[in-house]
Amino acid sequence: MDAVTDTPSADARPVESGVCPPDAIDLRAEFVESGLAAVLEELDTDLVGLGPVKRRLREIGALLLVDRARARFGLQAVSPTLHMSFTGNPGTGKTTVALRMAQILHRLGYVRKGHLVTVTRDDLVGQYIGHTAPKTKDVLKRAMGGVLFIDEAYYLYRPENERDYGQEAIEILLQVMENQRDDLVVILAGYSDRMERFFTANPGFRSRVAHHIDFPDYSGEELEAIGGRLLGGMNYALSPDAEEAFHRYVDLRMKQPHFANGRSIRNALDRARLRQANRLFNGERPVTARDLTTIEAEDILASRVFSGGIDSYPPLK
Amino acid sequence: MNAIDKTTATEPPRSRYSAGVMEYRKMGYWEPDYEPKDTDVIALFRVTPQDGVDPIEASAAVAGESSTATWTVVWTDRLTAHDKYRAKCYRVDPVPNAPGQWFAYIAYDLDLFENGSIANLSASIIGNVFGFKPLKALRLEDMRLPVAYVKTFDGPATGIVVERERLDKFGRPLLGATVKPKLGLSGRNYGRVVYEALKGGLDFTKDDENINSQPFMHWRDRFLYCMEAVNKAQAQTGEIKGTYLNVTAATMEDMYERAEFAKSLGSSIVMIDLIIGYTAIQSMSKWARRNDMILHLHRAGHSTYTRQKNHGVSFRVITKWMRLAGVDHIHAGTVVGKLEGDPHTTKGYYDLCREDFVPQNLAHGIFFDQNWASTRKLMPVASGGIHAGQMHQLIDLLGEDVVLQFGGGTIGHPMGIQAGAQANRVALECMILARNEGRDIVHEGPEILQQAARHCLPLKQALETWKDVTFNYTSTDTPDFVPQATAAE
Amino acid sequence: MRLTQGAFSFLPDLTDPQITRQVQYCIDNGWAVNIEFTDDPHPRNTYWELWGQPMFDVRDAAGVMFELNACRKAHKGQHYIRVSAFDSTHTWESLRLSFITDRPADEPGFTLERQEVEGRSIRYTTRAYSANRPEGARY
Repeated sequence: MDAVTDTPSADARPVESGVCPPDAIDLRAEFVESGLAAVLEELDTDLVGLGPVKRRLREIGALLLVDRARARFGLQAVSPTLHMSFTGNPGTGKTTVALRMAQILHRLGYVRKGHLVTVTRDDLVGQYIGHTAPKTKDVLKRAMGGVLFIDEAYYLYRPENERDYGQEAIEILLQVMENQRDDLVVILAGYSDRMERFFTANPGFRSRVAHHIDFPDYSGEELEAIGGRLLGGMNYALSPDAEEAFHRYVDLRMKQPHFANGRSIRNALDRARLRQANRLFNGERPVTARDLTTIEAEDILASRVFSGGIDSYPPLK
Repeated sequence: MNAIDKTTATEPPRSRYSAGVMEYRKMGYWEPDYEPKDTDVIALFRVTPQDGVDPIEASAAVAGESSTATWTVVWTDRLTAHDKYRAKCYRVDPVPNAPGQWFAYIAYDLDLFENGSIANLSASIIGNVFGFKPLKALRLEDMRLPVAYVKTFDGPATGIVVERERLDKFGRPLLGATVKPKLGLSGRNYGRVVYEALKGGLDFTKDDENINSQPFMHWRDRFLYCMEAVNKAQAQTGEIKGTYLNVTAATMEDMYERAEFAKSLGSSIVMIDLIIGYTAIQSMSKWARRNDMILHLHRAGHSTYTRQKNHGVSFRVITKWMRLAGVDHIHAGTVVGKLEGDPHTTKGYYDLCREDFVPQNLAHGIFFDQNWASTRKLMPVASGGIHAGQMHQLIDLLGEDVVLQFGGGTIGHPMGIQAGAQANRVALECMILARNEGRDIVHEGPEILQQAARHCLPLKQALETWKDVTFNYTSTDTPDFVPQATAAE
Repeated sequence: MRLTQGAFSFLPDLTDPQITRQVQYCIDNGWAVNIEFTDDPHPRNTYWELWGQPMFDVRDAAGVMFELNACRKAHKGQHYIRVSAFDSTHTWESLRLSFITDRPADEPGFTLERQEVEGRSIRYTTRAYSANRPEGARY
């Protein structure tokens, strides 16, 4: 899971704050000039739904913009705490939004490089004594200048195992989150309920996390829109019958266990493409461009979801 | 017989070997359709024919006289694979803005040359032809050395990277100074200058080209006192120091004796002059390789044949030969100092010393892509009339893999040699620091130096003393192609 | 005495912001930055102790400063600390920059021992005064 993602404009340096304070700061202009407006607009158009998340991002953006303006007037002595928690079910866009958050922080000058390092417990916690500190420090060093995204952060804490090395990683993380707020921003992510228990058991984290963003599940309508975009991006389209079938598919799938929002939709469509390819290959006549781009109802309806099973590969036991 | 048919269309093949005199172009030395092979050595000559001589015939004559031809037809050619051995002039272009001058491209088969021998290479390419009567003047501008030939040479004994590792000095130019006055100091006095300069902050001091073993100072005395100075300065600073001990002498035996003595005293570097000749240079390179010594080359005498644009051998060719021959340092010009050096041409020399692949760059006077095939890098040395106040220009023009030699600029400091050395070192370090921080040193250089001078009185005095010294004369050896112009295709 | 190894020893000791900028320059060039320390400053002491491995994947100088501060915590005052940058480019594959960031409070320097041998030749040995004491107790 350990991955580094570059912000597309990683070299765009934030505007240096002026030497002498201006008379007044035009926040609207700052909003545009900093590139914040552009990132938020992109977020609006690129991501389906996520209304509350987008609102929170806008609020945080505004707060940071104002903080920056205050700093220019000499009204702020300490750098703000920017660590965050992203809670929500799988596939609700947490990683995608984290990437945008890294961009926003970079545009506003709160992180110097703007890259996103994505890790899980395995990247931070070692297997034997003396292994954890170097691992955790290595991840922290690589993330400095950017954003560290810890997925399913609660796995760091295993109270049932008293010799768990996770505690060591937690201590190092807390120390760096406190002392090097200028150098990196940490985002802790996971299911809402488990994150809540994690914060209760580790008050150190709760006090160091300034922004909580909750990612709601997508509505059926939103999931269908996501599916449409995914297909469009790959030069596919649903036939009218297939659209109807897909609507029913989403309805059924959402109520099943192991539903992972956007990710389940992506998987379902991947399998539909597989069935389409088989259908065309076994067909009698030569294929047209239209054939190649069209998903038919049968490609969807062949899913086990319609017979009460779960559509997944490998099949769930 | 194909080649002959192609190039002497008006001449029946049989008559090519009839006794008598024949135009070179008709003897197969002009082959406009020839495509040079990857293994060919290619030479580019600037040909100035006598009035009335056809440029193609003159260029074919150069090809002929630098390979198999003589002034008349010889039947013994037919005992050989003459098509292969004949050098082929394949392209003749007028020189831009120089009426009466032509660039002739000539390809030589690899079998014309002995492996790993600059003496043989140069005897072929420049051996006879420069005195040829139908030419007013002739200059060897550039050569493309095929990888196959490059690999027959050992190249620099040490090279830039290993030299830096041995000296434990990274990330900044090295600093040197030539001991002055260049003649007349006794060994004891000479060593004093070395000690002061090294202790003050230089990495190297250097004998001048004509310091050998004269009545006022015999070589053994010089070596002994210099090594006392080097070791003492090393202990005073905790930093590796060195002095180029010039082992140039009348015979190879003398040179080996002097080099061995330098080695036995613990010197890390010895020095030779270009005038000792290519064979002696290669011998010393092999010696240096065997003995873990850095080999410094002073290009003494080169200006007699490199400086004039219409006749002689370009310094870029000498640079290439010296990288093959295997010296570790070569004086390659300063641009801003007292000696000849156009900025673009000099940049070309520096690239040839330091890069592993040098692409064609006509604006820098480089006519061919040159692949060095991992031949070690040759450290260029900038020496002659430079001072601390030019530090930003020097670093901008020459980069960091260079030895900057401030002779007068160290020893002529009003507060003494140590002060002069310290001024240079502080100027160097503050400029590298600023460059790495991303500052525009070309424009902010003087200000950066002034700031550094606030905590370094000797630098302040140096900037004051030499503030207006510049050498702004027009260079004679400039590129024929301006940066924006395209190649004469 | 002031040890003048490294690229910036003739300047006043670099401040942390200055060190950070040099480190960032190295990182931006794609070089791996490394921290080393020693209490044996002999000019031929090539191998200072490594403080961890060269940092290959760090994007921002803060990552290196994090380790430099940890190294200082352990060794400041007793050891020299230097920062070096490795370039893995073919035909270089060595250091590109190296400079001292921290020095012991007092630098006693070196003595030069001379042994007169045949002719007028002399064998020279440079010895650090601090090396008279055992490793770890020198400064």
